[in-house]
Amino acid sequence: MTNDKLNKSEWPLWEVFIRSKAGLDHKHAGSLHAADAQMAIENARDVYTRRMEGVSIWVVESKHIQASDPDESGSMYDPANDKIYRHPTFYDLPDEVKYM
Amino acid sequence: MTVHSFQEHFDSIIDRESTIEPRDWMPDDYRKTLIRQISQHAHSEIIGMLPEGNWITRAPTLRRKAVLLAKVQDEAGHGLYLYSAAETLGITRDEMYDQLHSGKAKYSSIFNYPTVTWADMGAIGWLVDGAAIMNQVPLCRTSYGPYARAMVRVCKEESFHQRQGFEIMLTLSKGTEIQKKMAQDAFNRWWWPSLMMFGPPDAESPHTAQSMRWRIKRFTNDELRQKFVDVTTEQAKVLGLEVPDKDLKWNEERGHYDFGTINWDEFWNVVKGNGPCNKQRLNARKTAWEDGKWVRDAAMAYAEKRKARNAQAKVA
Repeated sequence: MTNDKLNKSEWPLWEVFIRSKAGLDHKHAGSLHAADAQMAIENARDVYTRRMEGVSIWVVESKHIQASDPDESGSMYDPANDKIYRHPTFYDLPDEVKYM
Repeated sequence: MTVHSFQEHFDSIIDRESTIEPRDWMPDDYRKTLIRQISQHAHSEIIGMLPEGNWITRAPTLRRKAVLLAKVQDEAGHGLYLYSAAETLGITRDEMYDQLHSGKAKYSSIFNYPTVTWADMGAIGWLVDGAAIMNQVPLCRTSYGPYARAMVRVCKEESFHQRQGFEIMLTLSKGTEIQKKMAQDAFNRWWWPSLMMFGPPDAESPHTAQSMRWRIKRFTNDELRQKFVDVTTEQAKVLGLEVPDKDLKWNEERGHYDFGTINWDEFWNVVKGNGPCNKQRLNARKTAWEDGKWVRDAAMAYAEKRKARNAQAKVA
């Protein structure tokens, strides 16, 4: 069977993000299949929060996620490599300076 | 980058114990091996629900029933984590189901044995989940990111499975004579198939070296099997049950238990589809999939209808 034929009835894939407790960020938990957003949230509750792992759930259809290209990580992230002056430890201050 | 430098980059990631992620370049064989291993693992979780499902309605107390339900639900969840991890490698969920239903993909042979008494729920939790954990814990550090992350989640949840199984065995072995006999009988039937779960001996496992190189596997079959025998033999003493192996003996020099010869003919026979329950398990799975088709279709149709209705409401 071809992929198309098999995929015809397959529910779309969703990415699930969970906030584990109040005050924290939503974090990627995994993915699942569901017919629509509401079902994706309900399924995410059953699949990813069976042990009180979450207080809030986000879902987004996987096809809407745009990702950076790992082959371009050189040009993407190298420019940050030689800018240590962006870190506070770059600056040498006398010990008597307090609260800084 | 040339293919050669792609390969070098991949090797360097493996060598420095870093992770490969879905969009990273990887050798075709690495991808294929992972798809086979992860989907086989997922199928095992899903088929693994069947032998225990057999006892949900007949659990001896409400507490045992609630626990067994939670355990079986976990296994469905574990199957889903693993299917999702495999999907990141470019295979669809339906393709994997198709491979399972057609018999092309395998699942762990242990689930082709019947669960004839309640004590089997104890023996499965203690031995089968125990063996699974021993296999799975090292996989939390496997080289493929989505697989490793799924395994972390699985391992966290799995330890209650083993403990509840041991608790069932403990209760039975401290119960009446008949209950103790039931526990020993289940132990006798599940011990050898549990040892087979670690796979063929290293000498007959040609892919082990490559898989260890790729960090898809972290210990050999025989290493893990030995560890399981050592740990479980001590646990059996706590239960006051006898390991059904007359050759089992502590070897001072090796610092391990020596144990009897595994019946590999039986193992290969079950793998080939001739175990006591192969047909029953696969049929149950296929029936569930086919009978559930209208539900999947209806959910999709309903989602479409709701989308159309919402779109119309916006226009109006």
